Amino acid sequence: MSAISKDTTFLGYRRENGRVGVRNHVIVLPLDDLSNSAAEAVAHNIKGAMAIPHPYGRLQFGADLELHFRTLIGAGCNPNVAAVVVIGIEDGWTKKVVDGIASTGKPVTGFGIEGHGDHETIMKASKVAREYVQWASEKQREVCPIGELWVSTKCGESDTTSGCGANPTVGNAFDKLHPLGSYLCFGETSEITGGEKIVAERCATTEVRDRFMFMFNRYQDMINRHKTSDLSDSQPTKGNIAGGLTTIEEKALGNIQKIGKKCTVDGVIDKAEMPTHPGLWFMDSSSAAAEMVTLCAASGYAVHFFPTGQGNVIGNPIVPVIKICANPRTVRQMSEHIDVDTSGLLQREINLDQAGDQLLECMLRTANGRLTAAEALGHREFVLTRLFESA
Amino acid sequence: MIHFVLHDARDTVAVVVVEGVKAGTLMTGWIMDEDKTIQLQARQDIPIGHKVALKDMVVGDTVLKYGIDMGKVVAPIKTGEHAHVQNIKTKRW
Repeated sequence: MSAISKDTTFLGYRRENGRVGVRNHVIVLPLDDLSNSAAEAVAHNIKGAMAIPHPYGRLQFGADLELHFRTLIGAGCNPNVAAVVVIGIEDGWTKKVVDGIASTGKPVTGFGIEGHGDHETIMKASKVAREYVQWASEKQREVCPIGELWVSTKCGESDTTSGCGANPTVGNAFDKLHPLGSYLCFGETSEITGGEKIVAERCATTEVRDRFMFMFNRYQDMINRHKTSDLSDSQPTKGNIAGGLTTIEEKALGNIQKIGKKCTVDGVIDKAEMPTHPGLWFMDSSSAAAEMVTLCAASGYAVHFFPTGQGNVIGNPIVPVIKICANPRTVRQMSEHIDVDTSGLLQREINLDQAGDQLLECMLRTANGRLTAAEALGHREFVLTRLFESA
Repeated sequence: MIHFVLHDARDTVAVVVVEGVKAGTLMTGWIMDEDKTIQLQARQDIPIGHKVALKDMVVGDTVLKYGIDMGKVVAPIKTGEHAHVQNIKTKRW
């Protein structure tokens, strides 16, 4: 019997818009690089508020600016977030982010620094953050059906054991979640290279397949436009190669083990867009770990499955990142980073079904409140994807 | 003990999943899709996670893993040798 069924529940925080989160963060979100300092000061003043600094937000334009807004607004809208304080250098773009987050009905207030300075801004924002933290601290978890848990995946510092053990474990879990009406997500467009036909064959409809191939070809065109070599050392990375992965095709064939054997690909979204119905979604996205997980957070996913081979240490401020590893050496050398050890798979000590269940059990405990290794270690990588130069 | 695994019986390379494989080590391999085992002698030292060649290959041959094309041979490889960036390259980009 599988670790989950349609009757499985978890304890989550139901937000004003009906979405369910598994964390209860109050975040202080800078609009731009200039506002990081004030945001971090507020989070220092108010214990329980978390600043999410990042290096961008000035002089961006066009699709790159739209993605910046979509990512920040999406992060604020994520159901793992109870309330948000936004701080920007000026009022106009700050208000745009505040209005976007306010559409969920959750508490959000913005502050512009110009005309006030850091001191006054920090004081005012700290007062609001203090109110939000105390308000959020009274929120109670409630019983929610498994289908309301949104789960994303992306692998990193992969090696050959990822494709043999950790990624198929995620695939097995996805195959079990998919029929229960879950919202699932995978991406890493460049790391599908060599396996794109397999993903295309798994698309539920012709429209989804055409959209997937459009996204795939768009990314290939971008790589061909900018490349100066065959991408040796970038894709696969130095770490991948040290772990035994030789070509992008090999990496991709291992990567797509994460979508299991049965799931159909039911929809395609652009970066940081929100899926509109249950099923497995392909998100066009960078293959860089922190960028991709940040995009998943912005798309509304509440828990993330992160298989690793050589030992990527990533976390995310908003979404708990569950690490799965099948490399016995990595599990031994970096045990504090690994949540689910599936190295027994490669010695036939456990089968894939058991490994998938181990992951699902960890997922439920994590959803119910248990901190992941990355959370306990304080990993809060929040990395915005850029599409091109600033104006 | 399983020393290496392969996904598909047609694969021409397999993944070493234990530490300490040396030239001359007699290895047991597991064909995951068929749940069968095979024997092979390592011709070189092969680190954990790295691939061993399951057949002799010449320049231009297609390398199969998961039963699928994962690149081309750019230097001759003998059965039991270490198969990696020194003798296999991508066909893309």
